[in-house]
Amino acid sequence: MYPPIANPTTEPAASRFGEKDVIRRSASTVTPPAERQTEVAKLIDVSKCIGCKACQTACLEWNERHEEVGVNVGVYDNPHDLTPNSWTLMRYTEWENPDTGNLEWLIRKDGCMHCEDPGCLKACPAPGAIVQYSNGIVDFVKENCIGCGYCVKGCPFNIPRISQAEHKAYKCTLCSDRVAVGQGPACQKACPTQAIVFGPKEDMKKWADERIKDLKSRGFENAGLYDPPGVGGTHVMYVLHHADKPHLYADLPDNPTISPVVEMWKGISKYAGMALLGLTAAAGVIHYVLEGPNRVSEEDERNADRLAGGKS
Amino acid sequence: MTVQTKPSAARVRVRRYSGSARINHWIVAISFVLLLLSGLSLFHPFFYPLTGLFGGGSTTRMLHPWIGLILAAGFLGLFLRFLPQNLPESTDFVWLARLRHVLTANDQYLPEVGKYNAGQKFVFWSQFILIGTLLATGIGLWPQGLAFAESLFGFKVTIEQQRWAALIHSSAAVLAIAIWIVHVYAAIWVRGTIGAMTRGTVTGGWGWRHHRKWLRKELDNGSVEKAH
Repeated sequence: MYPPIANPTTEPAASRFGEKDVIRRSASTVTPPAERQTEVAKLIDVSKCIGCKACQTACLEWNERHEEVGVNVGVYDNPHDLTPNSWTLMRYTEWENPDTGNLEWLIRKDGCMHCEDPGCLKACPAPGAIVQYSNGIVDFVKENCIGCGYCVKGCPFNIPRISQAEHKAYKCTLCSDRVAVGQGPACQKACPTQAIVFGPKEDMKKWADERIKDLKSRGFENAGLYDPPGVGGTHVMYVLHHADKPHLYADLPDNPTISPVVEMWKGISKYAGMALLGLTAAAGVIHYVLEGPNRVSEEDERNADRLAGGKS
Repeated sequence: MTVQTKPSAARVRVRRYSGSARINHWIVAISFVLLLLSGLSLFHPFFYPLTGLFGGGSTTRMLHPWIGLILAAGFLGLFLRFLPQNLPESTDFVWLARLRHVLTANDQYLPEVGKYNAGQKFVFWSQFILIGTLLATGIGLWPQGLAFAESLFGFKVTIEQQRWAALIHSSAAVLAIAIWIVHVYAAIWVRGTIGAMTRGTVTGGWGWRHHRKWLRKELDNGSVEKAH
């Protein structure tokens, strides 16, 4: 068992991280802090998950969100997708393992992965609407969000959702408010099987190694850690029994990266676009300086008068 | 310095645009400028402070697509109105081949042109293509508009398609703005042009110098106003 995180004191406590620990800020340049805080991570051990949805409930409860009553269409997923209120979702997959003939029930807790290189933050046009703290948490700042949905296009995991009532983007905050006072996320606290553990990322990797050894000893030879390097690693990691096939788990991307289209949109198109507009304007100024105005001459007017006189 | 032309009793003014054409153009011009300001503010953080003109980032995000619809409808009006005069002709190629003389204002070497020269036709057709592209990709970037379009036509736009829409929308917008800069500059450089946009008339001399074929036709039709 992973040592549980102690309950906090009832005394007011100072926040353990804040504005000074921001390493990335959307549509802004920041001076990174001299010292980086210990990177944190949430480790989700898919093999230990029993699909009880306590994490989903805890998430709604802690963040004071309310989900609409849905419709049963014959699957366990409830709601059917992530929503502006449900920032985490159990996704259930039934998979027949061709090697063993076993029917495996793969349950993955979906939600923000808190990428080291966040696509949402790269795409965001509103200064300070998305920030990344030096402990790895990627957080949306509601006051600065304009509800444009660019983060949805930037995200390689299809996580952010736009509230059509509030016109703001929402996703898992990794319970930044709880982490700030030394607690783990609400989902982790609620998990009855320790399928979710939280702590320093290095410790989480070590804990995952133990779990992977155990899974391998039980015949899951491809068990492994999901910490995708394409996005610089993530601060939410999975232990998968079939780490060679992440897509089995409700289309978890095998090798997620920020889409090259997004990189072009937020990279070259911005610089080339600004350059083209600047050069066009400059060409106008230079032309005017060299040529001066193109005036109608007195002769032109006389010619026109003559033409008009001849006609009328 | 060129001597300013003094109005005399014989001076003629020729009608170039009707009142409705001018109103139509003003709708397009104003909405284009508003779209340019709001669009640039979301395109590059350098311009983000421009959102203040619209009451902040959220209202800018909300207004931009609606102004876009006004522009698209307004431009369609201009397109249908001026389509017949913007069809390509053989003189357009001669005019383009002598672009050097256009830029140095050596109008004597240029062929007589009708209501629009090849440069103006280029603006007309390129803006038609770009505004059409901006409309289509813009709906793809507009969560509410997209949801409406999807339910209306029964399709689903994927996130990858939305990414392409974003890239194409910003690229097309940059081109449209660059062409708009040329359009505005030409109107300033070629003196006597702004009157066509504001009052609807130009001097006979302006017609003689820049659109002689058009002037001849207008004079044949008798659409001449004496200056006062």
